[in-house]
Amino acid sequence: MSSKGGSPISRRAWLGATTGAVAAGLIKTQADAFKLDAQEVQVAADPTKVPGRLVSELGQRAPREQPRRLARRPGLSSSSGTPLQDLCGTITPSDLHFERHHAGIPTIDSDEHELLVHGMVDRPTVFRMADLKRYPEASRIHFVECSGNGGGAYNPERMRTEMSPQSLDGLLSNSEWTGVMLSTILQEVGVQPGASWVLAEGRDAAMLSRSIPLAKAMDDAMLAYGQNGEAIRPEQGYPLRLALPGWEGNAQVKWLRRLEVSDRPTMTREETSKYTDPLEGGTARQFSFVMDAKSIITFPSYPYVLPEQGWWEIKGLAWTGRGKITSVEVSTDGGRNWTEAELQPPILSKATVRFRHLWNWDGNETIILSRAIDETGYVQPTVQQLWEARGQRTRYHMNNQRAWKIAADGSVTFGLGELI
Amino acid sequence: MRQALVLLSAVLIVGCGAPEVDRAPGPSDDGSAVLASFPSNAPDHFGFGSDASAARVAMWDIDVKPDGEGLPPGSGTVAQGQRVFLTHCVACHGATGTEGPNDRLVGTAAWEQWPNGQTVGNYWPYATTLYDYIRRAMPQLTPGILTSNETYAVVGYILNMNGLVPADAVMDAATLPAVEMPARDRFVLDDREGGPEVR
Repeated sequence: MSSKGGSPISRRAWLGATTGAVAAGLIKTQADAFKLDAQEVQVAADPTKVPGRLVSELGQRAPREQPRRLARRPGLSSSSGTPLQDLCGTITPSDLHFERHHAGIPTIDSDEHELLVHGMVDRPTVFRMADLKRYPEASRIHFVECSGNGGGAYNPERMRTEMSPQSLDGLLSNSEWTGVMLSTILQEVGVQPGASWVLAEGRDAAMLSRSIPLAKAMDDAMLAYGQNGEAIRPEQGYPLRLALPGWEGNAQVKWLRRLEVSDRPTMTREETSKYTDPLEGGTARQFSFVMDAKSIITFPSYPYVLPEQGWWEIKGLAWTGRGKITSVEVSTDGGRNWTEAELQPPILSKATVRFRHLWNWDGNETIILSRAIDETGYVQPTVQQLWEARGQRTRYHMNNQRAWKIAADGSVTFGLGELI
Repeated sequence: MRQALVLLSAVLIVGCGAPEVDRAPGPSDDGSAVLASFPSNAPDHFGFGSDASAARVAMWDIDVKPDGEGLPPGSGTVAQGQRVFLTHCVACHGATGTEGPNDRLVGTAAWEQWPNGQTVGNYWPYATTLYDYIRRAMPQLTPGILTSNETYAVVGYILNMNGLVPADAVMDAATLPAVEMPARDRFVLDDREGGPEVR
């Protein structure tokens, strides 16, 4: 689980080690050295015979466990994906939470950061971070997904067989967010009758801005300053971001500095020319905030190699912006037959859930895939169903089923193309 | 669309009582397992934060709405805009707004003719969005460098390259919101609502 960018060779070695096939070969010498970013770590031949390391102010990952984000393209407006295939459970380590910035990551001093709330309110107010942290606090676990995630599974010209969960769907992460409910702050400033939208604006060099329906702001929206037990990371909006559970990541404005209550949307660039969905027939869907139910198998997946047939546990993640996942079904024969997978409690609303399905692989070539079902009765569709509903031009909300092809030699590649 | 937007908001408001909010912050989706209830002894108002004066609001209130609300005084011509474009925009958008490497700005063919894709001319529904976006985010490496007059001018030039205003057009707070954008009525509200139907 240590390869940068998912090198198949080291993955193969790791897998072999964990299954015992080549365990003896993993640590070859009495003082095998891991070389990590110019830091050399000596591994004791017998840790029971030498004293260990002393305590330290800041912990480090084990030398062999070095998961990394994967950057998509150079430039200021860019993204990096979470290594989904390297992680377990549901919480994304904060330093591996995906990134999507439109003009880089601003450096902000929280002591001088201010949030201005104005517009159709009785008391236009400026809040400093210390002010916001005095209000009743809340924490909740929810996913954030870029609505542009997963185009390689939808747009034919972007589909490749050598895609990992990270390179395909890495713009998905799941965290415990802490902050003050936006409804608390809106109550404080007094929303005036007739108001129906809130413009949220960031303090980055794009001053990214989105119009949010007031109903969402009053429901479960949060002004978040905490992530997984500490201050939000700079990449995630330090010191303050808008958290909109279940909605597309772009609307969850980072580095938040301004909220303007209004009776209409601003029609910003992000909600008109971007983050809208061209459909067949010449129309385009707008304000498509909610992320529909989706799942992806993260093991086995590219670039893993199954070293032998036999019992393997298929593992993956499922999530929906419409509430709770009620079930996940797995097929190991290219979609002909489906079996309900085990879901790992707790199953939280608008959060990822881990699913597992124990599988006895017979060593023959096959295709495995998963489909999530949420509490509204929505079933994660096939790519053909989404194409039929929308055409092939949409670049957002591509939540169709994902498939992996297992070859007879155990190698795994993205397999959706074989089913189309 | 305006009526539809009000309707969207009304539909979403059902069940949460906005704007007279129920102080219990628990979401309607049974997230209570991870969300504490609002303190029952909380006052109506805490009074934290400081009043924002009109001048303070004006410092940051930069957004421009489709009816022109938020547009500043000033004006610019298409000819002036060409000079701004060739100085500040050409490196990323190309001499004619079509060459890239960043977003293609000019094109009047329907966006369905992939891979021509979406441009200001065939996809942007409101001309005011150009002013709003350029003022907040462009040029990419020097955002905020353009004056109001320069911003009006370059908006006019981009619209002119798309055939949407004449070469002698003057853009200001009155003329910009009046520009008719071809894609104006092609946007529809999200009709996905969960359930078994795939949309």
